[in-house]
Amino acid sequence: RALCPLVPAAPAALRALPPPVAVGVLHTTRQLHTTQQSLAPVPPLPEKGGEVRHGLIPEEFFQFLYPKTGVTGPYMLGTGLLLYLLSKEIYVVNHETAAAACILTVIIYGIKKFGPDVAAFADKLNEEKVASVQAVKDEAMQALQTAIEAEKKEQWRAEGRSYLFDAKRNNIAMLLEANYRERLLMVYNEVKKRLDYQVAMQNLRRQKEQDHMIQWVEKNVVQSITPQQQKESIAKCILDLKALSKSAHATL
Amino acid sequence: GPLGERPLLEVRLGELPAWISTCSFSPRGLRGAVQRAWSSYCAKYIHVKQGGPAGISMLLAGYCLLSYGWNYQHLKQHRWRKYH
Repeated sequence: RALCPLVPAAPAALRALPPPVAVGVLHTTRQLHTTQQSLAPVPPLPEKGGEVRHGLIPEEFFQFLYPKTGVTGPYMLGTGLLLYLLSKEIYVVNHETAAAACILTVIIYGIKKFGPDVAAFADKLNEEKVASVQAVKDEAMQALQTAIEAEKKEQWRAEGRSYLFDAKRNNIAMLLEANYRERLLMVYNEVKKRLDYQVAMQNLRRQKEQDHMIQWVEKNVVQSITPQQQKESIAKCILDLKALSKSAHATL
Repeated sequence: GPLGERPLLEVRLGELPAWISTCSFSPRGLRGAVQRAWSSYCAKYIHVKQGGPAGISMLLAGYCLLSYGWNYQHLKQHRWRKYH
């Protein structure tokens, strides 16, 4: 406890850990930004500085004396002070006074003549700096904006996952169905082949029996025809033919 | 606000001793006072978008006055008249 004087509001469960672990863990649960104020964005610089009159005396001094002495008060004060300093020789006039007068003349002339140009140049430099940094910021914002839109697009795309899964399910179902039908066909073909074989075997057997029986019957019949029977059958046939020819002549 | 936290320019003349009694004259306190004074001067006259000659000229004038004050004993010997 002595190591962490700022004990933040943390769950009691975290504080119940052994002290070395508790110190480390408590620092992770410390709130980072406890107030609204943060260091960024930095507030912009004010446009104009404090008002100064004649380049030396701040305006607040004139405002301070205005209620009591009006507009000329500070000037009277300044004149009186100057005369007092000169007459009592608290300010001694010597060669440095002449040097100061010349230098001040030159400086004031320079400022009055070249001041606005230098100010414009400095403003332009500032403007360029600000513009370049602003461009960087704008680019970053643009990039982040496009990233946000791309992310939203991806989220929208992810919503269609149900369609994707349905299509995949359909594909799989079709594959299973096709496989099942293939196998069914194969089974049917195999069974048909076996049944056809049986049928062909039966047909062959019957045909062979039939042929064999016909041959046997013919052979026996031919054997049983004796020559006497053959002569009688031929004579009968001739008589039949004659009768037939007679009937045919009669019908003509 | 309370007397201790007001800046010097907002303290009225009658309250000046009381105000002086509230500020700390330790080295840290003096350093803090100098730091505050310098940073408020800079924020008002120097760190602006369109400052003029006023910011530096006031510093130079102050330096001139200070150096005149430091050399006053030597300059007193170059007076034009003995009796004023």
